[in-house]
Amino acid sequence: MSSIAKESKDIIICQDVHKWFDRLHVLKGINLTVKQGEVLVIFGPSGSGKSTFIRTINRLEEHQRGTIIVDGIELTHDVRNIHAIRTEIGMVFQSFNLFPHLTVLQNISLAPMWVRKWSRDKAEQIATDLLKRVGIPEQAHKYPAQLSGGQQQRVAIARALAMQPKIMLFDEPTSALDPEMIKEVLDVMTELAKSGMTMLCVTHEMGFANAVAHRMVFFDQGQLIEQGTPQQIFENPQQERTKMFLSQILH
Amino acid sequence: MTTTAETIGPPRTSVGALGWLKRNLFSPWYNALLSLISVWLIYSVGGQTVQWALTARWEVITSNLRLFMVGSFPPDQVWRVWLVVTLASLLAGMSGGIGGRTARNIVFSLAASFGLFGVLSLAGGGYEWHFANVLAIGAGYLLTRGRAQWGRWVALAWLLAFFLTLFILYGIEKNEWLPLIGTDRWGGLLLTFLLSIVGIVFSFPLGVLLALGRRSRMPMISLFSTLYIEIVRGVPLVTVLFIAQIMVPLFLPEEMRLDRIMRAMAGVTLFAAAYMAENVRGGLQAVPSGQVEAAHALGLSDTLVTVFIVLPQALRVVIPPIVSLFIGLFKDTTLVAIVGLLDLLAVGKSVLAQPEFLGLQKEVYVFVAGVFFIFCYVMSYASYRLEIALGVGKR
Ligand SMILES: Nc1ncnc2c1ncn2[C@@H]1O[C@H](COP(=O)(O)OP(=O)(O)O)[C@@H](O)[C@H]1O
Ligand SMILES: [Mg+2]
Repeated sequence: MSSIAKESKDIIICQDVHKWFDRLHVLKGINLTVKQGEVLVIFGPSGSGKSTFIRTINRLEEHQRGTIIVDGIELTHDVRNIHAIRTEIGMVFQSFNLFPHLTVLQNISLAPMWVRKWSRDKAEQIATDLLKRVGIPEQAHKYPAQLSGGQQQRVAIARALAMQPKIMLFDEPTSALDPEMIKEVLDVMTELAKSGMTMLCVTHEMGFANAVAHRMVFFDQGQLIEQGTPQQIFENPQQERTKMFLSQILH
Repeated sequence: MTTTAETIGPPRTSVGALGWLKRNLFSPWYNALLSLISVWLIYSVGGQTVQWALTARWEVITSNLRLFMVGSFPPDQVWRVWLVVTLASLLAGMSGGIGGRTARNIVFSLAASFGLFGVLSLAGGGYEWHFANVLAIGAGYLLTRGRAQWGRWVALAWLLAFFLTLFILYGIEKNEWLPLIGTDRWGGLLLTFLLSIVGIVFSFPLGVLLALGRRSRMPMISLFSTLYIEIVRGVPLVTVLFIAQIMVPLFLPEEMRLDRIMRAMAGVTLFAAAYMAENVRGGLQAVPSGQVEAAHALGLSDTLVTVFIVLPQALRVVIPPIVSLFIGLFKDTTLVAIVGLLDLLAVGKSVLAQPEFLGLQKEVYVFVAGVFFIFCYVMSYASYRLEIALGVGKR
């Protein structure tokens, strides 16, 4: 685990973020600041609002109270702000969500061509380089359904990286994978973390968290209960609920 | 055999024609009974049909062939129809060159049919165009073979050819070479084709827009689309055709008078668009929300998400219902006879009114049914193969 410079700027600032689904209060006042280059692991029980929270950061979910500022831009109803922020944030989903009707190469180069307005040559060059980086250059012209789960998730990471984002969000990227494929995805994420990318990862892969996270954040019932370095969290959790949860998932 | 010793042949009873017959047609006693009854039915019905076909008075078709094909299109201008057919043959050949096995099969069958018609009409004359079509198909095929990257241009050429066709058939006012031919002279299979193609070409984009409109977040657009779809679907096509004849002129300014055929085309298009919209909506619902989220997360705008992610996936799921819709539309164009247009079926009726062909209903209707069947079958075969090629349900 490398450390991040103290003087790194705050790239995500969330203040008192609330979210309701109809009457259901899902986020109950989240305060969180993330520095540029920081790797954050978010964990907590199912239904505690982890997905909802990271989805508010790129506005896949709208928050109803509080402020979220990403890279100096506040998330409001202004469509241009939302677009500006989304181009700077990559997201990787639990269920991959690759576009099934496009080849791997087209999946990766679509947004760079149409959102960044880069030439096809440039976009495909970037896609090819990224496929090398995630270790599957030979799959460029296949369709997603022809790949294994681990390969699909690595394509999804490459697709997000092709936009050259400043921040990457991961929502349980290995939960839908067979055990033997988890490592290949975690390896890519580890390499990415070491390259200095700002990352928010919802995951229960505690080995990964221990190895690369700068900070771990525990969510329960829509609240941020506890945070600290992996060492603090694993060796000396302060809250009873954190202890309980860790003992459950670590056996 | 040199390798693996375990390889043995299948048991004797299950191989060969006899094995197959025994297993599938005669194995339990009731299957044997069914088989016997079927053979008897095929023999008696088929035998009678063949007997009738051989003695039928087909001259009612051959001597009225021009009427069946183009209605009262001026005989000295029929070359324009042929020109259009040759143009279509060229494009069909080009599509066959870039397409897969299915496109090739269809195009080769087309060429073979033209060749056959050409040979059949060698004695009577008028074979030149048939052979020209065979050549056009061959030329188009050779031109694009192995050049799949031209697909986009061929598709565009089809669209241009559609408008060019309307122009060639319609002509120019007071022009010596291409005199105006009023649409009231268009008839027969030509009219059936034009009505269906116009209906298909225009109802498709209209239906997609209506389907998107129905899901729009803007309440007025969604309300209008929903009202349109529900009202049109609640009314029979015949009614829509009558309304188009009587009401459409009321909405348009005096100088934009549409003639009867254009009004019928408008009616067919507007009617089909509503059904198209409902089919497309089904496809839109089948696209998982994760697809839209992933696309949004990449920064794609709503429009780009619709164009690149949602529609391609939605449309490929609804190919079968859309083709069924097109087949239905093709057959339903016969209803325009009710507003006084002479499509293929109506020509058949008028031919039967000629004194020398009285009582030849069987010949005429079997011919008309056969023509409809051939085109519908080709459409349905093409859609079935397209589904497989696009990997519906797999990708
Ligand atoms: N689209 C939605 N509509 C209604 N309720 C939702 C929706 N998404 C999530 N929820 C609810 O919000 C709560 C938090 O969900 P989520 O953020 O997915 O939790 P986690 O990712 O921590 O498992 C859960 O109770 C869930 O049922
Ligand atoms: Mg979740």
